[in-house]
Amino acid sequence: MARDRTVLSVRGVSKRFGGLVAVSDMSFDVKEHQVMGLIGPNGSGKTTMMNLISGALRLSSGQISLQGSRISGLPAQEINRRGVARTFQLVRVLPTLSVFDNVIAGCAFGHRRRWGRDAEDHAHDILERVGLEAVALAPVSSLTYIDQKRLELARALASDPEILLLDEWLAGLNPTELQTGIELIKDLRADGRTIILVEHVMDAIRSLCDACVVMNSGAKIAEGSPGEVLADAEVIRAYLGDDDA
Amino acid sequence: MNGNELRNILLAAAGLGLAALLPLTGSGYLLSLGVTVAMYTVLATSWALFSGPTHYISLATGAFYGLGTYVVAVGIDTLPYPVLLLIAFVAGGVAAGLVGLATLRLSGVYFVIFTLGLAEMIRQLVTWVQNNWGSHRGLYVLTDITEEIIYWELLAAAALVYLVGWWINRSRLGFALRIIGNDEVVAAHCGINTARSKVLLFMVSGSVAALVGGLLAPRWTYIEPAIAFSAMLSFQVVIMALLGGASRLWGPLVGVIPFTLLWEVISGHFPNQTTLLLGVAFLLIVYVIPNGILGRLEQLYRAAREGAG
Repeated sequence: MARDRTVLSVRGVSKRFGGLVAVSDMSFDVKEHQVMGLIGPNGSGKTTMMNLISGALRLSSGQISLQGSRISGLPAQEINRRGVARTFQLVRVLPTLSVFDNVIAGCAFGHRRRWGRDAEDHAHDILERVGLEAVALAPVSSLTYIDQKRLELARALASDPEILLLDEWLAGLNPTELQTGIELIKDLRADGRTIILVEHVMDAIRSLCDACVVMNSGAKIAEGSPGEVLADAEVIRAYLGDDDA
Repeated sequence: MNGNELRNILLAAAGLGLAALLPLTGSGYLLSLGVTVAMYTVLATSWALFSGPTHYISLATGAFYGLGTYVVAVGIDTLPYPVLLLIAFVAGGVAAGLVGLATLRLSGVYFVIFTLGLAEMIRQLVTWVQNNWGSHRGLYVLTDITEEIIYWELLAAAALVYLVGWWINRSRLGFALRIIGNDEVVAAHCGINTARSKVLLFMVSGSVAALVGGLLAPRWTYIEPAIAFSAMLSFQVVIMALLGGASRLWGPLVGVIPFTLLWEVISGHFPNQTTLLLGVAFLLIVYVIPNGILGRLEQLYRAAREGAG
């Protein structure tokens, strides 16, 4: 598998909210077919970083490129059309639409557009992929928490994105659901999807990620394979404090 | 097109055909009531095209309606009536487009207040222009257009609005609006240009309101700003659409008919308390049937079906 083509490139990106620097001078690359873990303690700026990539927030400085062309500064809908799809830290499904229409929403306007029969067939495929085919016509309100998370994933996958951003997609799942969730992401990885994963669940990071970027207080403190970064003294200090390092 | 849709279209056509026979009764009172019902049907339905899926409550109907009325009143002596209607339609769309670009980035309550102020602002502007440069405050619209003709024109406009609404609901644009109404952030992250979708639909409802204003102008014969730009009209349209249910294309119609009849009784018996009673009606609708008559019926239907199953 070719691992050299860069899909997403983040260069010197900062985000300031007034005097608070939420993300400071971040740089990293995500290669094609790579699953990249973005990890770090609470409040370290991971979700802000995701919001900057997806266009939910504007950068204060720096540049983000998707396959060589600049996407930073574009509105969120344009970034989605170029091929960035995401899930949200707090699940955001479309409550008055059916499960099926939630998935159509993902493919009708986005990166690879589908409409009519084409979109319907595609939506069925994706629902089967994430294991929601049986509840396709149910109202969203009847879904369990993990099924809502699956649905959000299905919506993000529906546009066939170049890169998928999963913001704590595994958070809040019970141990059984967690295994199901990890298996699902493993399947996506086997499909050759390029993914950025913001995650706290260490098992998931070890078993899913090809590479990790560790953030603390808005800045990058380590980068490398999961094994390397999780053994890094500064990373341990960031997570556990000085005494344990 | 499936069987259900074909049935709905045939039913709608039959209903419209039946409504078109009203002038044959020869009753002037029924006809005048018919004009009012037809007018509010068109206004409330086109209002709901935008506000139904997005939940942006627009109180600008009166502004666009008045704009259409004035276009006809100003030009009636120089241009043919159909041309004036076309100008009114376009002017309403352009005005709505400008307002939309300026305000649809605003959310919720700010949008409501701005649209409410808009009608008043245009009214003051027109009054000011007429006071300074016009020979007199009001304008006369003298035509040989009878009430029957106005009625039929309004029915044609209603047919147009239903067709456009039906088409929008099936289109990507309508779907985008429903997603925006659910969650605007998700909509943007699904690749939807939220601002453009909202402005487009707002323009549709603005054009239609201006067209209706133009169609009604000959009924008044004498037009002045206070008649043309009425905030009451904006509120009535919202109340009727909400009473019927703004989530379905034919929902507003279900609200327009009972409300117009009720209004007829109220303004006949309590001419000095109409505003008060309008307010009471608004409160009752919001508290008792927030999803409209249609929403309530659907709820009952679902409950009955679940009870049976």
